[in-house]
Amino acid sequence: MPKGKAKEVARAETSSLALQLSKKRRITGDAIFANLNRASGIAVIALLIAMIWFVLSEATPSLRHYGIFSFFHTRWAPSEASLASSSPNPYGIVQFIYGTAIVSIIAMVISVPVGVGVALFISEVCPKKLKKTLTTLTELLAAVPSVVYGFWGIAVLVPALRPAAGFMENTLAKIPGVGGFFEGPFFGFSILAASVVLSIMVLPTVIAISREVFSTVPRDHREAAIALGGTRWEVIRTAVLPYSRSGVVGASFLGLGRALGETIAVTMVIGNSVLGISWSILGQGATLASVIANEFTEANQPFHIESLFVAGFALMILTLVVNVIARVIVARMGAATGRAS
Amino acid sequence: MKRVSVDAVSAYFGAHKAVEDVSMVIEPARVTALIGPSGCGKSTLIRTINRLHEVVPGARIEGTVHLDEIDIYGESIDPVLVRRQIGMVFQRPNPFPTMSIYDNVASGLRLNRVKNKDTLDSAVERSLKLAGLWDEVSSRLNNPGGGLSGGQQQRLCIARAIAVEPAVLLMDEPCSALDPISTLKIEDLIHELKERYTIVIVTHNMQQAARVSDVTAFFTIAGAGEPGRLIEMDETSKIFTNPGDERTEAYVTGRFG
Ligand SMILES: Nc1ncnc2c1ncn2[C@@H]1O[C@H](COP(=O)(O)OP(=O)(O)OP(=O)(O)O)[C@@H](O)[C@H]1O
Ligand SMILES: [Mg+2]
Repeated sequence: MPKGKAKEVARAETSSLALQLSKKRRITGDAIFANLNRASGIAVIALLIAMIWFVLSEATPSLRHYGIFSFFHTRWAPSEASLASSSPNPYGIVQFIYGTAIVSIIAMVISVPVGVGVALFISEVCPKKLKKTLTTLTELLAAVPSVVYGFWGIAVLVPALRPAAGFMENTLAKIPGVGGFFEGPFFGFSILAASVVLSIMVLPTVIAISREVFSTVPRDHREAAIALGGTRWEVIRTAVLPYSRSGVVGASFLGLGRALGETIAVTMVIGNSVLGISWSILGQGATLASVIANEFTEANQPFHIESLFVAGFALMILTLVVNVIARVIVARMGAATGRAS
Repeated sequence: MKRVSVDAVSAYFGAHKAVEDVSMVIEPARVTALIGPSGCGKSTLIRTINRLHEVVPGARIEGTVHLDEIDIYGESIDPVLVRRQIGMVFQRPNPFPTMSIYDNVASGLRLNRVKNKDTLDSAVERSLKLAGLWDEVSSRLNNPGGGLSGGQQQRLCIARAIAVEPAVLLMDEPCSALDPISTLKIEDLIHELKERYTIVIVTHNMQQAARVSDVTAFFTIAGAGEPGRLIEMDETSKIFTNPGDERTEAYVTGRFG
């Protein structure tokens, strides 16, 4: 072989090796993926900002007319609104914020323990055959339309709550300090009824995510607890629950996110009382979402629609804040337990 | 310290027979090593001794296992209480990751309803010292167990297992995920523990078996899908220098497996 040719071959070989190892090979694929990722991320954020912007701009005339801080009281009386006067502001929204918060909190107090319990039963205790049936059933629960829960609330739950309400009036209401939360009279449609309906509606979310979380507990941890002589419950307590803590908190907050915005079923059973705060859970109330659903189609008073948008804006902010808090808590717990989730 | 008698044990995973007809007597105050090629059923057999085999769905055994004169598979026996008598250390370190170092070691005692703080404190200190971990962790007992190195985690698991003073200690390849120094520490520990416990150790490391054990049992499988069988069991020195079966000789001299 002539000398020149050998050199050429050698160079060709090195250059093809260089090609194989070249950054570009990997980068093209990675770059497409990274850009796609970035683009969809930006799109989501843009959409969110656009929504907030839209709601805020619809609310602006009312905010301008009355001033932001004048909305922080507890009386909502559209019929008293007039174009001419801006004081007093008839559109107070604090009772709706309170209603949203209390209904969601009670719903979570009921559904988190029940949901985690059901998820534990399905994933840790029940026989294999029953497992599938139960899982499907809980999933079906999620597929029931909101309005059907509302009907169920009216037809079944409200009458069924009567004895419970009677019990609260007669006993819990007498406890000094917290008694006010359980005072009568009870007319059926109530904060309590809305909370119970809501708790059932968020149950599938809590169950599904908790189950998912429990199934990620490594076999090693379970067997460590079993080998130490743990009973079924002790295995759950020492190996399953600690490992799942951050996931279960995440599940709860996702449920809460759903509860905050849930509209139709709540509107149907909460009583839609807009003139003040009922501290008693047996009383009637309204949430930010329910007042919007209830009044939007017939909002004909001055600044009525615009003020409903103010309520909508408050709901968005509340939901955002809860989601951010949830993320922070989950991230903290994940860091503390040494695993991301 | 108790004697473990395995009698005609066969272990199944569903229809698959993983171990066939194993009989052996494991003497107290001695270290018994189980050796053999991968898949020959060493882990499966060791897990029949603390009734951990049966927690795998579909798994079951035939035959009996006695702890001294008690049949641990007897009608009236609670497997949970059997496991409290028999400690186990797994191949992969598995401390409870969110629990503190202290709570990890105390977890077995707490399962046994020990609540007294002084008792727990002294048991934790004694176990960690025995496991050779005390000096490294005594200043941070409240840190999570998941934050230790692999070797430290394994010694933490040993401390957890011995904290309840079990009659028998089962170790399934306790050093396979560890560096040579951690391995030596654990081997030293086994020597110390031998006086108080009946120890069974599974190992793939021939030198380790030779170093730590008094008695060695050799298992093998005839082929894929076949069950594992006990070929022979004898004094370790005999197994490594003058085994009775040529399959054993082939394995310990490295010509097989
Ligand atoms: N959970 C399980 N389900 C089904 N089969 C299993 C299970 N665990 C083990 N087996 C089977 O049982 C047989 C024995 O496995 P075992 O883990 O006891 O072997 P081993 O001797 O411990 O191997 P190694 O040295 O690799 O740990 C193998 O054929 C394996 O495939
Ligand atoms: Mg094994």
